Amino acid sequence: MLNRQGRPTTPQSGASDTHETFTGNKALQQIEPLIFEIGSTDQTGVDIDPPAAYRKRLGTFERKAAMGLPGLSEPETMRHYVRLSQKNYGIDSGLFPLGSCTMKHNPRLNEKMARLPGFADVHPLQPQSTVQGALELMDTLAHWLVTLTGMDAVAMSPKAGAHGELCGLMAIKAAIAARGEADTRKVVLVPDSAHGTNPATAALIHFDVRSVPVREDGTVDPKVVAALAGPDTAAIMLTNPNTCGLFEKDVVAIAEAVHKAGGYFYADGANFNAIVGKARPGDLGVDAMHINLHKTFSTPHGGGGPGSGPVVLSERLAPFAPVPFIRKTEEGLQLVEDDAEATKHGAHPFGRMTAFHGQMGMYVRALSYMLSHGADGLKQASEDAVLNANYIRVGLADLMSLPFGNKPCMHEVLFDDAWLKETGISTLDFAKAMIDEGYHPMTVYFPLVVHGAMLIEPTESESRASLDLFIATLRDLAMAAKRGDTARFTGAPYHAPLRRLDETRAARSPVLKWTPPQPILEAAE
Amino acid sequence: MRYLPLSTDDRSAMMARVGVDHIDRLFADIPHDKLLDHVLPLPLAKGELEVERLLAKMAARNVPASSVPFFVGAGAYKHHVPATVDHLIQRSEFLTSYTPYQPEIAQGTLHYLFEFQTQVAALTGMDVANASMYDGSTATGEAVLMAHRITKRNKAVLSGGLHPHYGDVVRTLSHMAKADVVTMTPDLHAKENLIAAIDDTVSCVVVQSPDVFGTLRDLKPIADACHAKGALLIAVFTEVVSLGLVASPGEQGADIVVGEGQSIGNGLMFGGPYVGLFATKTQYIRNMPGRLCGETVDAEGKRGFVLTLSTREQHIRREKATSNICTNSGLCTLAFTIHMTLLGEKGLRALADVNHANAVALADQLAALPHVEVINEQFFNEIAIRIKGDATKLVDRLAHHGIMAGVPAARLFPHQGLDDVLIIANTEINTADDRAALVAALKEVM
Repeated sequence: MLNRQGRPTTPQSGASDTHETFTGNKALQQIEPLIFEIGSTDQTGVDIDPPAAYRKRLGTFERKAAMGLPGLSEPETMRHYVRLSQKNYGIDSGLFPLGSCTMKHNPRLNEKMARLPGFADVHPLQPQSTVQGALELMDTLAHWLVTLTGMDAVAMSPKAGAHGELCGLMAIKAAIAARGEADTRKVVLVPDSAHGTNPATAALIHFDVRSVPVREDGTVDPKVVAALAGPDTAAIMLTNPNTCGLFEKDVVAIAEAVHKAGGYFYADGANFNAIVGKARPGDLGVDAMHINLHKTFSTPHGGGGPGSGPVVLSERLAPFAPVPFIRKTEEGLQLVEDDAEATKHGAHPFGRMTAFHGQMGMYVRALSYMLSHGADGLKQASEDAVLNANYIRVGLADLMSLPFGNKPCMHEVLFDDAWLKETGISTLDFAKAMIDEGYHPMTVYFPLVVHGAMLIEPTESESRASLDLFIATLRDLAMAAKRGDTARFTGAPYHAPLRRLDETRAARSPVLKWTPPQPILEAAE
Repeated sequence: MRYLPLSTDDRSAMMARVGVDHIDRLFADIPHDKLLDHVLPLPLAKGELEVERLLAKMAARNVPASSVPFFVGAGAYKHHVPATVDHLIQRSEFLTSYTPYQPEIAQGTLHYLFEFQTQVAALTGMDVANASMYDGSTATGEAVLMAHRITKRNKAVLSGGLHPHYGDVVRTLSHMAKADVVTMTPDLHAKENLIAAIDDTVSCVVVQSPDVFGTLRDLKPIADACHAKGALLIAVFTEVVSLGLVASPGEQGADIVVGEGQSIGNGLMFGGPYVGLFATKTQYIRNMPGRLCGETVDAEGKRGFVLTLSTREQHIRREKATSNICTNSGLCTLAFTIHMTLLGEKGLRALADVNHANAVALADQLAALPHVEVINEQFFNEIAIRIKGDATKLVDRLAHHGIMAGVPAARLFPHQGLDDVLIIANTEINTADDRAALVAALKEVM
């Protein structure tokens, strides 16, 4: 075939895709150095006029030593970071089935709203009379969160999910201390299937972690909980739906067992996206639960943050919520920022989680998402998320192994590596081969309770056509694995910007920053 | 609903494929009496235009910093952020990516984290920095716990010049983790004797410079006193631009340096999200909290970057982890890195110089006013003044006149005898006209 200019439009015979370029670049994929290798300390991408002569007031503390911070002009900066961006996979690039992470579409309306000067350009310590709209936004979001969860109150300030866990456990600790049981109630029950943050959080504030084994069907047995719970029990931390993608069907009995023993029920809300509008944690006996606004409510993950982790609280824990919190008064909304003021209003805050008032930028995005969906749309989103996961389950169940049987899952479906036995291919190899096919891998090797876990969460953002293609691709890969096409997996990825990276080497002798190349000592001539 | 691709037909066909006749069959594990049979009492779905109207109305009830002469600081600072920064951080591949657990398709993120760590180490004068914390205050809390791990001691001494929110975060965490905290009284004149508080049981001393009142502190003698007793010095800053003009905490002997990076690349955003900076000495790497990005090679020997030393972290170590932290401040970190790259050393020094010059100019003008005492001898871009009367009332009155005069110290230190103290920040955004307006307004109302 020739085009109108007479150029051939199909590759010439003999063209090789292993042909190396002179530059190492591969068309849109450009080799990019570090700024320290291309910038200089004399270069800058900003124009700042020096001030008129003045007498400095720095005492003896003026900086003399060079910092070695390179600058780049604006076009160079732009090109550098655009090229870096092209080495990243995002939700907008394709299906991102990372289990327990809820990689759903990030609406750009949210970004636009968060940048309104009335939200983005206000200072946390301006007079409160000048930020009534910001407080109104926080209060409105709080109303949505307590209504969706059926809880009594919400502590808004935690900065991320794990920070929310910390906040919830601190409230529990404060409530236990108020009961005079600080020295006796020290055990937190944590199922083996829990996120690592759960035991880490409990240990951070000196609770003793006691593991709860998961039964054969992937859920927690209330009888086991009842046997483990006692007068030393402070709380249970339970993820529901759990990390095996299953709803804890005995959740009410588990809550009762813990409550009967005098403990509290902390729910990890990482998987709330499965049940928004379908069930309320408050109806299930939950005392505290963090909500990852960056998962369930679509604020962008941003390459690992920032997150936001408000914690909803039951009536029993609400008085212990940290400062700041919002109070309605006749003059408007009041932000209560210190203990003395809080006590005046009958609260007993356990302290403060962070400077200022939390992740306002994320609050705006989350509320923008909620208003767009409405109560009806949020329910529909959860139903679609669950339907999509089950559609993948039935599409792959005959080829890949389901550790807890082929039965309905919630918003994510968990496979193990039993089906890869004797192929010489590991879960990691399979994941890396998915990269070559244009997909971000699923969550691998988590949860720890199944061998070689592959946890797939498609979210509600995928169309049926997208799911069909994904299923077909995984089927192709699975069949290739079974027929012994091993190199496709063990050497993968072949087509990513880099081949498989040596993580062991990175940890053995850590190089955590750029250092100038050592000058080569020249022999005297 | 515009965010949901499935049509009603899709849903029916997919349910048939899955083998259920009603969606609720997939929710069968939820106890029947707990499954909601109604839509919750919240507003229903709205189009983009309606949402925009609603939120714009709320936004309009706030007074943005750019719309008035603006002198509010005390831990968050209004700076100019180049347009390039906000454009780049909204690139899909940055905005919608996840924690770089699959490094082969996350080199964009890892590459800039490596640049970020190098920039922060250079700024603070330390050996290594992590890939960021939530913000300066939580970084300070984590630094104290890290010092306890290293020294195997249990007591922190907090300077009276530390931002009280930072102090509250440390005290809350310490109380819960059964660690001791000694808090010095609010130290308006930088006269406290921290050295006398250091004994063999102290794990760390936490000192902020410039302190919450704006005064530059001499860290060297405190570092020496700490080291003589086997304790660590944790140096804190809330205004990272100061490091462009002031000797680094590393040069002054700090063991751990933590601070707020918001000023570079990030807007005020009513308090968050911000970006916590965390740096230390090489020998303490394995005691650090948070993510670390390290250099390595791929299967063909090409340079690449990965998250590393994760054996410290919760997803591997669970209850034995150094911290429960699971996120960093990703996109805010990127904004910091890009802005810092645009500035470079030359631009950062120039920016810091303008900030300091503006603050000096205002300090001189205020010192000339009757009934105003400028507290600070040496400062960077923030000063504290003592006025005749109540600073909170003054700030509220000036706000009605369209001037944001600063932060009344009593908002941060209630009931501690600082009702007549006002903390005033000056950055490159403040013009000579802004300063004249503030001085004129003060004259008028006092």
